[in-house]
Amino acid sequence: MSDEHEHKLEAKSDYTADASSVGASDIDAVPEAELPDQDLYHSHSWWTTYVFSQDAKYIGIQYALTAIGTGLLGLVLSWLMRIQLAFPGLGLLEPAAYYQFVTMHGMIMVIYLLTALFLGGFGNLLIPLMCGSRDMAFPYVNMLSYWAFVVAVLVLLASFFVPGGPTGAGWTLYPPQAITAGTPGSNMGIILMLISLILFVAGFTMGGLNYIITVLQLRARGMTLMRMPLTIWGIFTATVLALLAFPALLVGCLMMTLDSMLGTSFFMPAMVSMGEKLSYDGGSPILFQHLFWFFGHPEVYIVALPAFGIVSDLLSVHARKNIFGYRMMVWAIVGIGALSFFVWAHHMYVSGMNPWFGFFFATTTLIIAVPTALKVYNWIITLWRANIQLTLPMLFSLAFIVTFLNGGLTGLFLGNVTVDVPLSDTYFVVAHFHMVMGIAPILVVFGAIYHWYPLITGRMLNETLGKIHFWVTFVGSYAIYFPMHYQGFVGVPRRYFEIYESPYIETSTLVLNQFITIAALIVGAAQLVFLYNIITSARLGKKSEKNPWKANSLEWHTPQMPPEHGNWGKETPKVYRWAYDYSVPGAKEDYIPQNVPPSEVIGAKVEKT
Amino acid sequence: MSKSKGIIESLFEKPWEKDQIEIDNKHQGRTLNLSKYKVGLRTIMVVSTVIFSLFIVAYSDRMLVHDWRTMPEPWLLWLNTGVIILGSLIFHFTKLASDKNKNDKTKNGLYLVGFLAYSFLIGQLLAWYQLMSSGYYATTNVANAFFYLFTTLHGLHLIGGLYFWGRTTSKFLSKNSKAEDVKHSIELCAIYWHFLLVVWLVLFGLMLFT
Amino acid sequence: MPVTVAVAFLLITVGSVVFHFWSPWWWTEVASNWGGMDDTIILTFWITGFVFVVICLFVSYCVWKFAYRKDRIAEYKPEDNKLEKRLTWITTLGVAALLAPGLVVWNNYVTVPENAYKVEVFAYQWGWKYRLPGDDGVLGKTDIRYISDENPFGLILEDPNGKDDRLVDGDELHLLLDRSVKFELRTIDVLHNFYVPQFRGKMDMVPGIITYYWITPTKTGDYEVLCAEYCGSGHYAMRGRVIVDKEQDYKKWEAKQITFEKMLVQNKKNKNLQLAKSNK
Ligand code: HEM
Ligand SMILES: [Cu+2]
Ligand SMILES: [Cu+2]
Repeated sequence: MSDEHEHKLEAKSDYTADASSVGASDIDAVPEAELPDQDLYHSHSWWTTYVFSQDAKYIGIQYALTAIGTGLLGLVLSWLMRIQLAFPGLGLLEPAAYYQFVTMHGMIMVIYLLTALFLGGFGNLLIPLMCGSRDMAFPYVNMLSYWAFVVAVLVLLASFFVPGGPTGAGWTLYPPQAITAGTPGSNMGIILMLISLILFVAGFTMGGLNYIITVLQLRARGMTLMRMPLTIWGIFTATVLALLAFPALLVGCLMMTLDSMLGTSFFMPAMVSMGEKLSYDGGSPILFQHLFWFFGHPEVYIVALPAFGIVSDLLSVHARKNIFGYRMMVWAIVGIGALSFFVWAHHMYVSGMNPWFGFFFATTTLIIAVPTALKVYNWIITLWRANIQLTLPMLFSLAFIVTFLNGGLTGLFLGNVTVDVPLSDTYFVVAHFHMVMGIAPILVVFGAIYHWYPLITGRMLNETLGKIHFWVTFVGSYAIYFPMHYQGFVGVPRRYFEIYESPYIETSTLVLNQFITIAALIVGAAQLVFLYNIITSARLGKKSEKNPWKANSLEWHTPQMPPEHGNWGKETPKVYRWAYDYSVPGAKEDYIPQNVPPSEVIGAKVEKT
Repeated sequence: MSKSKGIIESLFEKPWEKDQIEIDNKHQGRTLNLSKYKVGLRTIMVVSTVIFSLFIVAYSDRMLVHDWRTMPEPWLLWLNTGVIILGSLIFHFTKLASDKNKNDKTKNGLYLVGFLAYSFLIGQLLAWYQLMSSGYYATTNVANAFFYLFTTLHGLHLIGGLYFWGRTTSKFLSKNSKAEDVKHSIELCAIYWHFLLVVWLVLFGLMLFT
Repeated sequence: MPVTVAVAFLLITVGSVVFHFWSPWWWTEVASNWGGMDDTIILTFWITGFVFVVICLFVSYCVWKFAYRKDRIAEYKPEDNKLEKRLTWITTLGVAALLAPGLVVWNNYVTVPENAYKVEVFAYQWGWKYRLPGDDGVLGKTDIRYISDENPFGLILEDPNGKDDRLVDGDELHLLLDRSVKFELRTIDVLHNFYVPQFRGKMDMVPGIITYYWITPTKTGDYEVLCAEYCGSGHYAMRGRVIVDKEQDYKKWEAKQITFEKMLVQNKKNKNLQLAKSNK
């Protein structure tokens, strides 16, 4: 309709210039930039540089540190739960405390650690640098996003100190129990949880707006969509998912807040709670579950897709080989993202919803397995005839493949509606989701930190400590979760405060339970080694060269390392190739950075496929 | 290569091939031919649409339960609907005026739009008051609860819009009233106003017919 | 280093397989007609296990074979359409092979046989009660508003079908061997889930609606009931018993369960007694 008009207003010409306007002789020539360079806010005080920073790199680090700090709390809670489960004789926890810890652990790990770390942390750090932008599109809004996250975390933590303590409703927050008397923290605790989530969603939306627009509109010249590293594809698609999925969480939270505070009956049916008739009537608990999982399932991919993207890049760089089937990888990311909105009710096969939905959702769920499998194939084919450097990022990526594969395959059990019936709500489920969305993404986070640490600090992390950290974490967490599936087969239900001997739980199962706890404590201790490494290496680590891994993507090719405010000095980079020109036949080196012009790599031949 | 090449189409490019490389080297690095503000606005509108759609789904689901008691719509809502339609119309003309750099018309338009928006909000509050004084509280029936929820969210959206309206208007006044400088902001605000009108019509229609 | 890593991955793969076949932890023997669920799991294990082993071995081989050497250069091959297509088809087939039998079993699970005996399972925070339909084979209607000390199940007094319903005293349910039974699942407070590991079946109980599933017990014995949907602080302790009996034992037990009508009479007697007491 008003297209013509918009063109007059906004852009002066087409977004790709006419080829004939460039002298054919000069192969490096690139059309002039049509839009002026981005205006940046330049801070002059300590406060606006380090605290209320508007520089995406700083915001990314702030996000990451806050998320990891909160995640450590989640980790400590998991130790307490594990000790309670294995050694009930110690009497460490009361049932109420156990349930509060389960809930807080789950919510913290999924939302406040992984979502915030991948999108807020890596998104902010990497999007502008990898796309060749000076900063995010709206730096001020970006800063607000971080501080909204901080407030959300503070509200969450505050719930530990209110009367009744934090909510113990399970991270799924199902009504009616979330807001009725039989559940710990059903007054103040749950309200603070809901408020914290609403704040998180608001903050995330501000950040997400930035990630999307920066990726779409502020890339460097020559950076087409299909030249972007897969990291950016993963983060970008995850952000789109989050913007479409978080509203469902928001809607559910708002309605439940009203049910709890005003006494409306959106989700609350007529019920007798602890012998007392409540005044609710007619509400539908299953409606909440639909809303929750319409958010909750895409949430799994909000965590997984950035991990997919990052691990693809780590594999490619450290195997000195292009990622195999780049286009398929992009399609798979986009396809998985789209499909993830059509599978939510596979979490509700035995929820009491119309059982005929089971056919539809089992089918969609198994369909989504196909693009996911293709990604795994492409990762391993990337290793074929590669030149694999067993650096720490590479090791973590390999561990990711095994862990994710394991968790993905057990997903085929749970997605297949029949098999889900005996296994749902048992430890099989706990083992499955920890493998696939707990350990696997965390392994990528570690790989990514070992990979990009020099970019942030200019120093390398200690290799030996890193190796210890790697082996204990990988083998240890496999030892925790692989046997746990078999507890599920036995029938041990999840969210049980105590696993006592019973006709079907034999002594041997209890022994296994203790083994798992010991493994968990050892894995936990290994994280302290990692923290020590991170903290000491920032000061004492070996100085890093400029592009220590000989990588192609733009973030390693800023004039200074670590990059300064505005990233690119005088002029933003020009991009001449995709991010995966490793081991190009005929080239002098086994890598050609994205911003190296054709005239400098004359000898290289690229075969056609 | 034309500018109309969509995102979907570009997913089939082979970025490592020689021909594609030559084409890609001339790319400006932008995907959509829009200002970043407009992309932002569209994103926000998409997110809001999802939120309101989910509420509508929840409403339709909850409506079927036996305890649902339809709420009468106070006549005031019709008046408010008139006001918000008028506001949208005037914003449209204000945008046209700013395109043609008609400073006075733009200024008057902006004032009027603001006035109408505030009137709408006050009108909604009065409608609440009317309902409550005849005993329709949020807790009386869930249909009422949905009404209060819808109007609150819609109102909050409008208040958000008024913040940007305020910024645009004050920028306009401080720059010696040149419509040229705020043209783009006015256009974006106008789009948002139309969006909120549509949202209101859908919500009002929904409550009217059920 | 490459050898160490390759061997480590190999050991993890082999270890997983060994664990699977030789560890003592496996499901309890099935005691209902849902052996089909176990079969689907076994099928899934074979297919996914095969994929797991192949991929892990492949990774392990690559790590060893293509370890970094300065003088070597990796292959440059952006994609291979034929290979990718082939992999897509194989995966689709594998997935279909899992799904098809799964859907067949699910169809059985959600289609209750006409002649199934109906039992109401009644859940509350935190325990179980049961109601049998009585001689007419029909469970009387209930409403949560009718629940009181005298009428703990909230039976609607006007419904004649409810009069002969047998209310089970205590949290122990007996089932008749080889008779299909439909559990009508009801809760008066929050979500619960009626689960007996040996029966395999499961379904949430949701306040406001009645959910169901059905089984045919195929082995006599004494089984434990668990709650398999989180329901508050007492969730872990919400256990009960189901006993599968042969005809004779079952009849004996059934006869002992008091009907609703009798209970009302008894209640009245008790009240009169109390009244009499307080009048004195
Ligand atoms: C080695 C580290 C970890 C250990 C030892 C651990 C342990 C546990 C334990 C014991 C439970 C409670 C199981 C139950 O009673 O049902 C649990 C639940 C959970 N964990 Fe972890 N966990 C770890 C890491 C993670 C990570 C990284 C995530 C991120 C996704 C995560 C997400 C969850 C979720 C979502 C729940 C379910 C909470 C609920 O039932 O409401 N965990 N974890
Ligand atoms: Cu899911
Ligand atoms: Cu329970």
